[in-house]
Amino acid sequence: MSTTGASMSDTAARPLDLPAVVKECGLTALVMFALAVGMVAFYTEDVPGGLEIATRFGAVVAVTLLGFFGRLAIVLLREGRPFPVLVVALPFTVLMLVALLSLNFFDAETAETLKNYLPVGDVVVNWIVVIMAGVFTLRAFWALRHTGASAKTVVDREKAMDNFAARVQRASRFIGPLLLGIAVVFPLLAFFPDSPFVPKVDRRLLDIAILVVTYVMLGWGLNIVVGLAGLLDLGYVAFYAVGAYSYALLATHYDLGFWVCLPFAGLMAATAGIILGFPVLRLRGDYLAIVTLGFGEMIRVILLNWYEFTNGPDGISGIPRPTFFGLPFSRSASDGGETFHGFFGLTYSPIDRIIFMYYVILALALITNLFTLRIRKLPIGRAWEALREDEIACRSLGMNPRNTKLTAFSIGAMFGGFAGSFFATRQGFISPESFTFVESAVILAVVVLGGFGSQIGVVLAAIILIGLPEFFRELQQYRMLAFGAAMVLIMIWRPSGLLAHREPTIRLWRERDGGPPEKTQAAEESA
Amino acid sequence: MAYFVEQLINGLTLGAIYGLIAIGYTMVYGIIGMINFAHGEIFMIGSFICLLSLMVLGLLGITWVPLALLLTLIIAMILTSMYGWTLERIAYRPLRGSPRLAALITAIGMSIFLQNYVQILQGARVRPMQPLISGGFEIMQSGDYIVSLSYLRLFIWVLTLVLMVAFTLIITRTALGRAQRACEQDRGMAALIGINVDKTISLTFVMGAALASVAGMMFLLSYGVIDFFIGFLAGIKAFTAAVLGGIGSLPGAMLGGLLIGLIEAFWSGYFTVEYKDVAAFAILVLVLIFRPTGLLGKPDIEKV
Repeated sequence: MSTTGASMSDTAARPLDLPAVVKECGLTALVMFALAVGMVAFYTEDVPGGLEIATRFGAVVAVTLLGFFGRLAIVLLREGRPFPVLVVALPFTVLMLVALLSLNFFDAETAETLKNYLPVGDVVVNWIVVIMAGVFTLRAFWALRHTGASAKTVVDREKAMDNFAARVQRASRFIGPLLLGIAVVFPLLAFFPDSPFVPKVDRRLLDIAILVVTYVMLGWGLNIVVGLAGLLDLGYVAFYAVGAYSYALLATHYDLGFWVCLPFAGLMAATAGIILGFPVLRLRGDYLAIVTLGFGEMIRVILLNWYEFTNGPDGISGIPRPTFFGLPFSRSASDGGETFHGFFGLTYSPIDRIIFMYYVILALALITNLFTLRIRKLPIGRAWEALREDEIACRSLGMNPRNTKLTAFSIGAMFGGFAGSFFATRQGFISPESFTFVESAVILAVVVLGGFGSQIGVVLAAIILIGLPEFFRELQQYRMLAFGAAMVLIMIWRPSGLLAHREPTIRLWRERDGGPPEKTQAAEESA
Repeated sequence: MAYFVEQLINGLTLGAIYGLIAIGYTMVYGIIGMINFAHGEIFMIGSFICLLSLMVLGLLGITWVPLALLLTLIIAMILTSMYGWTLERIAYRPLRGSPRLAALITAIGMSIFLQNYVQILQGARVRPMQPLISGGFEIMQSGDYIVSLSYLRLFIWVLTLVLMVAFTLIITRTALGRAQRACEQDRGMAALIGINVDKTISLTFVMGAALASVAGMMFLLSYGVIDFFIGFLAGIKAFTAAVLGGIGSLPGAMLGGLLIGLIEAFWSGYFTVEYKDVAAFAILVLVLIFRPTGLLGKPDIEKV
């Protein structure tokens, strides 16, 4: 890894140490082979009366070869010999791409036979191989074009990424309102289903949009805890669950409406946050993470087993939908009252309710965002950020770290609770199944991918992580796999998150006054 | 009394499994100071490799149980430790020296990745297996209630004991063990006196994974069903065991494992089975609040 920092012109002159290269690639191939023998080579199939073993030796060979040639490409690039890589990788990429794309033009049967000639059985895996080969091609091409230019060091890359993130953050002044405008206008397009000038917006798209905005809200809520206060909370879904169950239980037992219960659900979640947070918030970062995970699981187990109260694994159904100032969105009101379409003299259409739901969650999410943006400027928000940077320094300045953390924890929990009660009213049915650790991990992935503390990053991450897999159903199986891989890669590539950039909250000199540039820069770096 | 003895036997068996996994957590924490959240997944992979290996061996005609078990043990230890090694090499080594939370998030990502990797490759459904070791002998009888100690339990205890002795010898008597303890105390200093720190850390992961694969085999043999999700709960409980015993302390991990196993067995025996996981989590929280260093751990001082 350290050799990537060396300049290309130095390494290019060095003769290739062939036995060493072969040894390195061979070792990689051996490791890949061993990994594949363990998990890929054999698998079990259910047959009547037990299990039967089945084999995939072809995949093992493919994985081993991929390991060998992939490592070879990396070594050659590192040693400053991009040309052979380009010669092999480019035709390979093109051929595979053509083969994969052409699969779509054949009927199902021919495509099935053609698939047998691909190196790996699964289409998605083939795509991964193509993308890998494509990356190698691009890297080789880049290296050929820029011979003599020194490769970027880790520090350079970090600086470049930070500049990019800063630019995005500055641009978010424009991107933000633009995205907001799109978000507000887009459901209205559903009213023009037949117009050729308007993109088609149907119920499915609206459902996906609602899901994405829900995760944006959850991401913003968790961002208060993780991004601002620096507390890694792996049990955020617990508060989501508290909010959802508060609303569901109040609504089904006491016949209360959504808008009455919403503040109450938030309050319940915030209280849960205080109760859970109080004993554990003095723990150090990674311990805190594990304990919050434990709490999340505990709440789920309790929901699952406290049958009299929560109806256990059967969940709660028949949760009422929200009303528009008391006007329900149903075809006819149950007690002979007025309905939404009746009151406004519209014809009944089921999509009205979906659009209304969309605006409800959008409004909730925007409140979360506005709240976060404002509270960052208040003393409490600054205290959170200071605590994230250095707890010991804060304590020596007379701050009470526990109370400060507790406010962040409970406010984050409150927004989780709001989102939870919206989830309950949207689904109409909740069960403990919806509140597993995986859900917490997904919300965390949204925050991590976007960049801790970056509001616009959360939106982009939610669109990519939640929206995209909904469109590509065949990728559904690989969704969580990609989540895990993305979390690892981003942490390796940029541990502060993709779009993380920290502007100093206070400057000694205003930017337009100039001020000593070296000093502000130094302050930024130390931040 | 008979019921008590039965729960004791159950608890000790469960505790042996947790203890073997907990050693992996505690060793990694001791040497690089991170919570290897994906360790539970390594355990799960180990138990899948055991299942596959037993079935393949059966297909090859090796049906004499002791031989099949021995071969499976060796195969599983080797192949699973490759996963441990690769995990460290790919995901953790580039992050050495970065903030603790970054390492923890990577570990969570790796855990999610491995879970789904196994789900895609081996299927999402529960995999059952016929019991390999059956029979046992009676040790107690009160009224109609017979407490028997199965050979399987005995096998698990003996295997755990043998592994613990071997492992203790490796840590205390060999050059590798000395290198490892040196890295634990001060990595920079260890590197200066010529210890290959990278290699030592890699070997720590390899050893942890090998022990986890043995635990995976024990789990497979004693429960008879595995799926891709078993690593999550087992991992958290083993981590609880490591914290209870004092994270970073090897005898502590085994002690903590046994205690967690016993608590879980008695809790489900005398109270409710449903809340046994809550009991484990509650212990984790209580230990961290009242005695963060665990039973046998050294205090951890944070310097400015």
